[in-house]
Amino acid sequence: MARAVVTLPAQAKRGEIVEIKTLAQHPMETGFRRTQTGELIPRDIIRRFTCTYNGVEVYRADLHPAIAANPLIAFTTIATETGTLTFQWVGDNGYTVTEIAPIRVE
Amino acid sequence: MTTRREFLVLTAALAVPAAAEAQVDPDLAANRRAAFQAALRKVVGDAKVQHGKVKLLLPPLIDNGNSVPLSVSVESPMTEADHVKAIHVLTEKNPLPDVVSVALGPRAGRASLATRVRLADTQTVTAIAQMSDGSLWSDSTEVVVTLSACLEEGLI
Repeated sequence: MARAVVTLPAQAKRGEIVEIKTLAQHPMETGFRRTQTGELIPRDIIRRFTCTYNGVEVYRADLHPAIAANPLIAFTTIATETGTLTFQWVGDNGYTVTEIAPIRVE
Repeated sequence: MTTRREFLVLTAALAVPAAAEAQVDPDLAANRRAAFQAALRKVVGDAKVQHGKVKLLLPPLIDNGNSVPLSVSVESPMTEADHVKAIHVLTEKNPLPDVVSVALGPRAGRASLATRVRLADTQTVTAIAQMSDGSLWSDSTEVVVTLSACLEEGLI
């Protein structure tokens, strides 16, 4: 059900800045919309996105209802050592998605 | 028989109350402004925000406010001694002024952010960057939105 896609280069030179693009599947319901019968649709959004590189946090974003559905977050990090990047999205109603991507640094 | 002139007078008379009804809560604009000021204070406190260093990119004319590409980049060497600590994006007229807050450090390599946002109205969008020395820099962009996000909320 809940899915996420992460794109980053599989290998990089030491010290190189790598671009990372992440996309999570989520409606990001704002909590301001109403159904046809006038009932308010409860808010259901992703609250926080974190990226950790071998256990060290390198990027964190706090999201609000003004982020579009299926949030795209693109950012950069420095390739320091071979290892794994862990991406985590945490949201309302127990939404948690974790993606792991390896990177090889020469 | 209704003449053209009579018809115009009649429709004009009908149109005026309809336009008046379409006016929303007069406090709405003031409330939005107050919410924006409160959000801004939460981000910057009493510190002075300087213009520059930050570059906020948004399309100037937006057809669909539900998904607008937004990118922020900040001029910074991104070293341990001098880097960007946080980037905040705020809007003036969305129901909630906050859009996104990013925490980063020298490990990010470049101080940048790209995402897609919702915009409720033609308005000014502001990006604020907080540096490691505590100084604050900002950039604002005016955008025109033809189809608003959160249309269901009625007039904004």
